[in-house]
Amino acid sequence: MLSEELKQVRAASALEAWDASAIQEARLERGEPILHIDPARIVAVCRFLKDQQQFVRLSAVTAIDWHPAEPRFEVVYQLHSLARQERLRLKCRVGGEQTEIDSVTGVWRAAGWYEREVFDLFGIGFRHHPDLKRIMMPADWQGHPLRKDYPIHGYKYSYAEE
Amino acid sequence: MSDLVEAPAPASTASETRRMTLNMGPQHPSTHGVLRVVLELDGETILKAEPDIGYLHTGIEKECEVKTYQQVVPLTDRVDYLANLSNNLCYCLAVERLLGLEIPPRAQWMRVLLTELTRLNSHLVWLGTHAIDIGAMSVFLYCFREREDIQRIFEMFSGQRMMTSYFRVGGLALEAPRGWQHAVDRFIRAFPGNVDEYEDLLTHNPIWVLRTQGVAALALEDLLDLGVTGPLIRAAGLDWDIRKSEPYSSYEKFEFEVPTRTAGDVFARYQVRIEEMRQSARIVRQALDGMPEGPFQAAAPGVVLPEREKMKTQMEALIYHFKIVTEGFRVPAGEVYQAVESPRGELAYYVVSDGTAKPYRIHMRTPSFGNLQALPALVEGRMIADTIAAMGSLDFVLGDVDR
Repeated sequence: MLSEELKQVRAASALEAWDASAIQEARLERGEPILHIDPARIVAVCRFLKDQQQFVRLSAVTAIDWHPAEPRFEVVYQLHSLARQERLRLKCRVGGEQTEIDSVTGVWRAAGWYEREVFDLFGIGFRHHPDLKRIMMPADWQGHPLRKDYPIHGYKYSYAEE
Repeated sequence: MSDLVEAPAPASTASETRRMTLNMGPQHPSTHGVLRVVLELDGETILKAEPDIGYLHTGIEKECEVKTYQQVVPLTDRVDYLANLSNNLCYCLAVERLLGLEIPPRAQWMRVLLTELTRLNSHLVWLGTHAIDIGAMSVFLYCFREREDIQRIFEMFSGQRMMTSYFRVGGLALEAPRGWQHAVDRFIRAFPGNVDEYEDLLTHNPIWVLRTQGVAALALEDLLDLGVTGPLIRAAGLDWDIRKSEPYSSYEKFEFEVPTRTAGDVFARYQVRIEEMRQSARIVRQALDGMPEGPFQAAAPGVVLPEREKMKTQMEALIYHFKIVTEGFRVPAGEVYQAVESPRGELAYYVVSDGTAKPYRIHMRTPSFGNLQALPALVEGRMIADTIAAMGSLDFVLGDVDR
């Protein structure tokens, strides 16, 4: 159930009317609506928001690592509707051995590079991504730098061993 | 001889041998940084273009997680090194929203004035390098003449020409220097005339027009779908500027227009940016004439460093100074997505705080990253020489792409 405040956000109430089971959690923080979406339904929800709620823009896709909590990651989607001047943030909690979520490149082509970046720096896989490979780090790099258990320095090289 | 001429080429491989893969960059002057584009060519026509980025990846987002909030400011300078004050501003606004700080009007107006000068600075570098790529040598010299003036103004304010770090969480780093009004006034008085000079050199120049008109055009729907923002999307006809649609730092008090064109080609982008320079000059003039008096930092003792004099006489001030410098300030848990209109488009900082003195996660939604993604769509099916014009019109900064 959405709070009274969030019912004022048209996209949130429309999404609830369309499929309330897809929303796991919802809150309004400093005026910004945040919806936690069931990871299995993310593509359908994005498709609905783009086609029927005018969210023509995907500003960015990123992730947060809540290590050592489980599920460990939150994949964050920043949506923007130009017609209504409204921003919406979707979040999906993912974790487990093989962290994966469906790609939204089929909805917005803009997701392509952003998902590659999340794959590269967090090690989250995106199913059905047309070209999922590292984007920032070299192709043969080991590990995912933005994970919280990845050290800030001294990973590859240690003076003590010399 | 005749035998050689008449010998038929093997038909099966004829089409394959004509294809060629060309590495453009990573050390190509028109990439303005370290960008590699792998081009698959059929003669002069580009069949496929694949940008390969990451050469300037320095892990700034990771670095932010081990710095205190105030220490992150100099890192934001290094993201987009041509629009460092826009990055300073966006980051400070995000953290100030998390803290719930009220910024005094003088600081807000000064921020507007300096970010608009940053826009001019960035557009001047874009115009100069874009023109020199296409072959108009002298425009570069004209543009860098004015850019030098702007950098002198930045130096006056902050002591630095490029990495200014002049905006801090809670206001400005320093009081505006003596005589700043005079320096800004002299610059802004001359600037519209300088823009006329650039236009004299380019707008009706037949070579310039031939090289840019109708080149690398893309429909608005495609640009939106690819995540393109800023002057590129305004050149395709969309009237969207974050300064107008989601005003920040008192932009709602300034009068300016958002220039748009409909052609969506390299020439339209040129026209939009030229017009933006004129509008920015208007904003700087309004900010200069109407600059409010008052403090340049918020009244937030736990966040803003105390004045030197107070530290010598008041114990609280000394304690606050010690605490801010040694452990920073705590920011309430939560998250915020703050967008501003940088010279290149939508720049946004997504700051997540866990209640400690260091940011838990900062994601920089940089405009160059979003815009560069559209490069293949802009150049595929076109001539190789158009790539240079297309890349120039995208106006990306590789530091901004790779972070």
